[in-house]
Amino acid sequence: MGEDTDTRKINHSFLRDHSYVTEADIISTVEFNHTGELLATGDKGGRVVIFQREPESKNAPHIQGEYDVYSTFQSHEPEFDYLKSLEIEEKINKIKWLPQQNAAHSLLSTNDKTIKLWKITERDKRPEGYNLKDEEGKLKDLSTVTSLQVPVLKPMDLMVEVSPRRIFANGHTYHINSISVNSDCETYMSADDLRINLWHLAITDRSFTDIVDIKPANMEDLTEVITASEFHPHHCNLFVYSSSKGSLRLCDMRAAALCDKHSKLFEEPEDPSNRSFFSEIISSVSDVKFSHSGRYMLTRDYLTVKVWDLNMEARPIETYQVHDYLRSKLCSLYESDCIFDKFECSWNGSDSVIMTGAYNNFFRMFDRNTKRDVTLEASRESSKPRAVLKPRRVCVGGKRRRDDISVDSLDFTKKILHTAWHPAENIIAIAATNNLYIFQDKVNSDMH
Amino acid sequence: MMLSKGLKRKREEEEEEALAVDTWWLDPGHPAVAQAAPAVASSSLFDLSVLKLHHSLRQSEPDLRHLVLVVNTLRRIQESMTPPTTLPPVPNPPAAPSVADNLLASSDVALSASVASLLEDLSHIEGLNQVPQPLADEGPPGRPVGGAPASLGALDLLGPATGCLLDDGLEGLFEDIDTSMYDSELWVPPSEGLKPGPENGPGKEETPELDEAELDYLMDVLVGTQALERPPGPGR
Repeated sequence: MGEDTDTRKINHSFLRDHSYVTEADIISTVEFNHTGELLATGDKGGRVVIFQREPESKNAPHIQGEYDVYSTFQSHEPEFDYLKSLEIEEKINKIKWLPQQNAAHSLLSTNDKTIKLWKITERDKRPEGYNLKDEEGKLKDLSTVTSLQVPVLKPMDLMVEVSPRRIFANGHTYHINSISVNSDCETYMSADDLRINLWHLAITDRSFTDIVDIKPANMEDLTEVITASEFHPHHCNLFVYSSSKGSLRLCDMRAAALCDKHSKLFEEPEDPSNRSFFSEIISSVSDVKFSHSGRYMLTRDYLTVKVWDLNMEARPIETYQVHDYLRSKLCSLYESDCIFDKFECSWNGSDSVIMTGAYNNFFRMFDRNTKRDVTLEASRESSKPRAVLKPRRVCVGGKRRRDDISVDSLDFTKKILHTAWHPAENIIAIAATNNLYIFQDKVNSDMH
Repeated sequence: MMLSKGLKRKREEEEEEALAVDTWWLDPGHPAVAQAAPAVASSSLFDLSVLKLHHSLRQSEPDLRHLVLVVNTLRRIQESMTPPTTLPPVPNPPAAPSVADNLLASSDVALSASVASLLEDLSHIEGLNQVPQPLADEGPPGRPVGGAPASLGALDLLGPATGCLLDDGLEGLFEDIDTSMYDSELWVPPSEGLKPGPENGPGKEETPELDEAELDYLMDVLVGTQALERPPGPGR
């Protein structure tokens, strides 16, 4: 894929040198808004940074549509739960934008326990010419006021203001892993390991009844947890949730208030030739995303991404190998806990290409039509601004080409867990530990 | 996260073995299967999983997904460590339960008790922390969440199957281990209801020989376990 690269690094003053990574700076989620004009990132330190795409300008055509920092704010702080005597992390797990309904932008951000609704407004004018106050706001000496004037709005430097409008707390006993805004724009859901809550955006003191509850009566019987969930993009009554056993359940809220009786169960039978002790762990779904069309679902498990047709529950219609060369390394990956890493996946705007992250700062793209795939790397060493990304290859023995990386030299600490694709254009955002990469396709979208 | 940081392995060879033969637990049909004796590598993986479980339980708020996946994997490993019933009995007479085996058994029981009571605690705590909601959200009706302490239930499994179990579906996380290390059928899916009947005959002829170094290691695990345990329940 011929692409220009445009690297943005979140600027943190406490980074003393480029190789020192502050834990708090690790990006934990990335999300474009519905137009793609804004890109929000959350990090482990509870901060949200919003980037805005610069409008294309004739004067500087080479800076077409680059993203610059628009606003930064502290969304969540570490909290201490006195009842349980433990600390609640401020790490932002997920951000979801609300569809824009007026001049302001709104987004939901969540940590393990609390979801917050933020309103982002711009101020680019301010009133001047008060009668009783001077420029600094101090009261004027009344004897100097000889005439009345009407204050006028004068332009000022753009100021972006962010304020919390709602705080949805105490809805979850377990750790929140996903939030999803309904297409009705009035409700949203939040999912933790065992339950899914439905909230009304205007009401914070309680959520609606749990719409899903898989907690067993006896916790000893617990064998499965909820790993991700999402509302259907068009049908406001439908949502899907995935489990640690690799299954998907598509639920219809019209059928019952408590959607324990799933309306459709999507599950692929285990391949006996690939069975191992780690079969269940690698089948655990780490992310599920509806296609923009609403006809398909995309799931990510440890080694593959799968496309499911909503009308076929028996098996996925497409399976793509992300890094099958890891299948023989599962034990060491189990030992290092890497096997539990949760990768996300994304669709492009036309649902024709799928993207997901991997190790060694690699990320993979699969073209559903041509069945071609490519491995790219997000790193400062290998991509200068405006350079074209070079496809990478991992060799598994046998013939080795010059720039190939061998499986054993992969860096498993460099994982690309969070990726996002612009809703309409070929612009992708890749989070590599504490760095954010934004790649734009300036040519056409042919893949090598 | 390196699980073994700070934890000394008694046998360095064990670790190398585990890494060198890291494909053996694939289906035997897989061409990459190494020739190492399955029993030895299996106990490495078992130990690793037990360590992971301990580590997970040690967190102030365990990652449920991680915990559940490790527990389920541990089950699979234990399942594989006992030969299936259908195999013909090995000619040598079954060894009398050695001290080591009892240690292994009771370490599993202690583990079982720890995990069970921890998970039960999670639900107790939830009761304290629940936001008032229009509908009761205690899950499916039936057994109250804050019922009899789970440790009791797990411990009741110690004795031979008497049928007097606290709850149905007690298979739960961990099976009845003590003499059932020698059982052929270690794990029954919860859906099958009550625990299976009295243990089958001596199905455990192939008890792995535990040498002194492994014994030491087991002792470490045990001691580590006991440091973690909840306050002893009745019958301990």
